[in-house]
Amino acid sequence: MILPLELVRVAYRDIIKPLSISIDAGPTTIILGANGAGKSVLMRLMHGLLAPTGGQVFWKERDLSRARRLQAMVFQRPVMLRRSALGNLLYALEVAAVPAAQREGTALQALEEVGLKHLAQRPARVLSGGEQQRLALARAWALHPEVLFLDEPTASLDPTASREIEAVIRAFDGAGTKIVMATHNLAQARRLGDEVIYLHQGRVLERTPADQFFSQPASAEAAAFIKGELPWA
Amino acid sequence: MDSIGGATRTALGLITGGDPTLAGIVALSLGVSLSAVTFATILGLPLGAAVAVGRFPGRHAIIVLLNALMGLPPVVVGLAIYLLLSRAGPLGSLGLLFTPGAMVIAQTVLIVPIIAALSRQAVEDAWREYEEQLRSLGAGGFGAALTVLWDIRFSLLTIVLAGLGRAVAEVGAVIIVGGNIDGVTRVMTTAIALETSKGDLPLALGLGIVLISIVIALNAAAYFVKEAAQRRYG
Repeated sequence: MILPLELVRVAYRDIIKPLSISIDAGPTTIILGANGAGKSVLMRLMHGLLAPTGGQVFWKERDLSRARRLQAMVFQRPVMLRRSALGNLLYALEVAAVPAAQREGTALQALEEVGLKHLAQRPARVLSGGEQQRLALARAWALHPEVLFLDEPTASLDPTASREIEAVIRAFDGAGTKIVMATHNLAQARRLGDEVIYLHQGRVLERTPADQFFSQPASAEAAAFIKGELPWA
Repeated sequence: MDSIGGATRTALGLITGGDPTLAGIVALSLGVSLSAVTFATILGLPLGAAVAVGRFPGRHAIIVLLNALMGLPPVVVGLAIYLLLSRAGPLGSLGLLFTPGAMVIAQTVLIVPIIAALSRQAVEDAWREYEEQLRSLGAGGFGAALTVLWDIRFSLLTIVLAGLGRAVAEVGAVIIVGGNIDGVTRVMTTAIALETSKGDLPLALGLGIVLISIVIALNAAAYFVKEAAQRRYG
């Protein structure tokens, strides 16, 4: 296991104020907050795409290249190479140093998992937005990550496509992958979340089980956010 | 008007009849410009990619410089290369002045900025889109850069063809460093300039038709390659 992940007084410019937080295996963690609260930056600090300007990020797995290989991230907008759907998965597996003989089987199985096997030979970039996002999830699935970071994965999708994405996210959860997802979509957070980290202006205001967060938030800002009010208005 | 009609008929006769003088000039033109575009691609593409992806002091100045040099006047390049290669110049001992080699050098200098500046823009746009995803997948550095270059190869091909179009249609640089010597350094553009001033309009016009056809064919190729790739790969 590469988890738990420990952030020790991690800061990033003035976007993330020094915060310490631990992410462990198990429940789905939702990072909730308004636009500009720092959700995306916090995830990128966890995933290692950004280097903190203060503090440190520790994985239990001290071999960092191994820790990196066992985590994946799906972005708000899927980024696909100009190759077939299958080709995009094969590329990811190649970069991850999966033996050539195993790549195609693993990739096809992942496409099957998200319901895209019939589109395997299609150019990835001509797929619809929802299909591309499922393809991004398949690409993550093929890598068998222990942790999957999701940055607003359905923010630019219609409700039907969003439901399909959520189904795949549940499948990840069912397979034992730790899900860490940033969203500002309360309904989605309620549907998928086990615990909520509420971020406000770069600070963690609370971290509570999802039920409790939605029924009795501890901070006034979170309560206002839930009520759909703008906390800064 | 009659002279234009007559000249055009004679010109078409030269082209269809495979006139050896005309064929030789066209072949030299293409040889020089294709060589120049090959060298310019070898130099300009990695330069553009490095400036696009790298972060180093002076980067912005280099970008501005490359963009500005896209509009480099060919005669000025010709003059600079002439001074370098002339007998008294620093590279005079190579004896390259008034040879096709000098013309290749001049055209290379002329189109390196074009290929570098345009590929810098293309690579930078693609890099901005791909960088996080590639790093997330574990691809970094040189490997990631090659992945991006391969992914935008059709855009890069269009850029190379733009460079070739500029090289083959350019007259100022090659006439200075080549000297327009019959059978040695006479290319389409310099021949057109000379034959027109001599009054041999059919040959000038024939070369003009070939030159325009080549430029149109290059642009058509660039367009259709890009279109086909767009349909095929999105």
